[in-house]
Amino acid sequence: MPDYKNILSNRYPLAQSWTLAVAERAGAYGPARKALGTMTPEQIKNEVKAANVRGRGGAGFPAGMKWGFLNPKPGQDVYLVVNADEGEPGTFKDRTIMEKDPHRLVEGCIISMYAIGAHKTFIFVRCELVLAIQRLEAAVKEAHQKGYLGARPFGKDHPMDIVVHPGAGAYICGEETSLLNALEGQRGEPRLKPPFPAVKGAFGMPTIVNNVETISSVPDVVSMGGEAWSNLSLLPPEMKDGGTRLYGVSGHVVRPGVFEAPVGITLRELIYDFGGGMLHKDRPLKGVIPGGSSTPVLRPEDKVHAPDPKSPMNKWHGKSHLDVPMGVDTMRNLGTMLGTCCAIVMDSSVNMVEASRNLMKFYHHESCGQCTPCREGTGWLEDTLNKLASGRGKASDVDLLVDIANNMMGNTICALADGTAMPMLAFVRKYRKEFLEAAEKGLGPSHRLDEAVRAALVGGARVAAHAEAMGGAA
Amino acid sequence: MTTPAQSHAPLTLTPEQERRIDEILGRYPTRRAACLPTLHVCQEAVGWVSPAVVAYVSQRLGMAASEVQGVVTFYTMYHQAPVGKHVLWVCRTLSCDLRGGKTMQEHLEKRLGCHAGETTADGQWTLKKAECLAACGYAPMVQIDDRFYENLTPEKLDALMDRIERGEMPAQEETAWTPNQAS
Ligand SMILES: Cc1cc2nc3c(=O)[nH]c(=O)nc-3n(C[C@H](O)[C@H](O)[C@H](O)COP(=O)(O)O)c2cc1C
Ligand code: SF4
Ligand code: FES
Repeated sequence: MPDYKNILSNRYPLAQSWTLAVAERAGAYGPARKALGTMTPEQIKNEVKAANVRGRGGAGFPAGMKWGFLNPKPGQDVYLVVNADEGEPGTFKDRTIMEKDPHRLVEGCIISMYAIGAHKTFIFVRCELVLAIQRLEAAVKEAHQKGYLGARPFGKDHPMDIVVHPGAGAYICGEETSLLNALEGQRGEPRLKPPFPAVKGAFGMPTIVNNVETISSVPDVVSMGGEAWSNLSLLPPEMKDGGTRLYGVSGHVVRPGVFEAPVGITLRELIYDFGGGMLHKDRPLKGVIPGGSSTPVLRPEDKVHAPDPKSPMNKWHGKSHLDVPMGVDTMRNLGTMLGTCCAIVMDSSVNMVEASRNLMKFYHHESCGQCTPCREGTGWLEDTLNKLASGRGKASDVDLLVDIANNMMGNTICALADGTAMPMLAFVRKYRKEFLEAAEKGLGPSHRLDEAVRAALVGGARVAAHAEAMGGAA
Repeated sequence: MTTPAQSHAPLTLTPEQERRIDEILGRYPTRRAACLPTLHVCQEAVGWVSPAVVAYVSQRLGMAASEVQGVVTFYTMYHQAPVGKHVLWVCRTLSCDLRGGKTMQEHLEKRLGCHAGETTADGQWTLKKAECLAACGYAPMVQIDDRFYENLTPEKLDALMDRIERGEMPAQEETAWTPNQAS
């Protein structure tokens, strides 16, 4: 394992790390005491700005700037809403915080509520994460018993409460305005923006919606100071993409999992150093989806083309996409997105028609159906891919995929449609030959996505191989 | 579990369940906001969202029955028909499928003698396909009732299901965590 410091995850390995006693002995609630005891809300907001915290929920918006949009009218309540809907395929990082260190999130909520002038936080957790919900609810209860929540947290006359709100199974509820509708007891359909939640959010009140990991970073920002926390990042300071973060890696690697590293490690480090390399040495890397399924796939053989010395990417001119430090802006410059920073790794056994068909089925299932281009487009993409896979397709269907995707973009209420279309376009552009082959011959049983592991799974050998790999790498 | 015939009788909850709903109502500035959590409590009590549940929730929260129904149909975790004693969700999204999601589903269909979306003849199991359950690095995985079982093989899954059929509740394993070297 690489030797970066575990900061956000430093309490994860402790026995009973989710209890207040253990967490507090290891430093929890020190930052909250400091923030509420010695700092003004303005000072905290300035530290969060200086920290260059980019939202960890996928869009990478600067948290400090978002908090700055709040301007409540007299008499209006302000709410903090934590997005714990974690449903983007490939993404499984927020769960670790809620299960292993829920007090870090509770403490982040306490400091953030104080900073933005909120008295109530709703943590919206997808209901499937039962263990996470249990541990969060227990943590909130413990914090109340200690007086860290309630009438006078840390002696401050600023009453605070946290409500853990279960979702009910719908990916779209991760979209922040859909989440607010679900919180209010409605169907989880996204709202037209503007107004943005900071102006009119939960129950019509000014609301800040942030991801679990974003809010969980706030205690460290306060204890280290914003600038020091920002400088943990490996990216140059002018990129304003600071700190340390959780990375995930799944798919065809030896050691899938969640890891912590500074912002700005490369996909190569994530796959080979953290993930332990490709699962089968004879099956090389074919493509990697860098940050959840809505981010366009990258190929290892593609090189950065930025000969202009003034280009922000010039430093990496000629390098593989795998060797560019991962940041919100660097990934955008590669034509993809950093997203949730959880990579899906696919080896040479994977047929990209099948991979994209799996995802388009997902998006079709999860589209809320409000906008015609999205409702029809996701279904049409899935149908067309089904046709190609079953051998009923023709070459023009490959261009049809591109047309459908192009017509979905920029025409809808929320970003689900773009998050479907962009990856579809990248799959076709980068693996066009495979789509044309499918149009000609269809796909056979050997194109199953689990082809690489099936023999071992059915034969029972995978357990042993897996145990050896884990042991060998530890 | 309630049979469809019983489901038209008005819903009566235990005092403990009523107390839980009162407590939920106290959390929000509007009654309607209690809709999702209240439906969860009722589904836990009845086994599915029966017409009686919809009637109860609409009356308790002051919503039209059609509004409650609209909410129920939007979300996948509300069962709109009775289900088996155990509900087994097998994740079939990309990360899981790369590591054997389909193999797991096939194994389950063979073992249970039913397809995804169906309930076994003896009413013990309902098998459902799930979309990504935030366990992608621990694939393949299933959710059985309220627990995740991860890093599965067909053998491991069989052993778990055997235990569940004997009335045990195998605990969800603590998710593995590998700290970096410096720590
Ligand atoms: C379809 C869709 C699904 C999303 N799912 C999630 C999610 O599960 N968790 C999350 O934090 N953000 C998700 N987002 C992003 C949120 O809309 C929002 O940008 C985020 O919660 C803001 O928090 P941050 O600024 O701290 O990242 C999703 C967005 C879209 C369009
Ligand atoms: S883009 Fe799709 S998911 Fe988003 S609001 Fe429109 S139909 Fe619903
Ligand atoms: S793909 Fe199965 S848990 Fe994410």
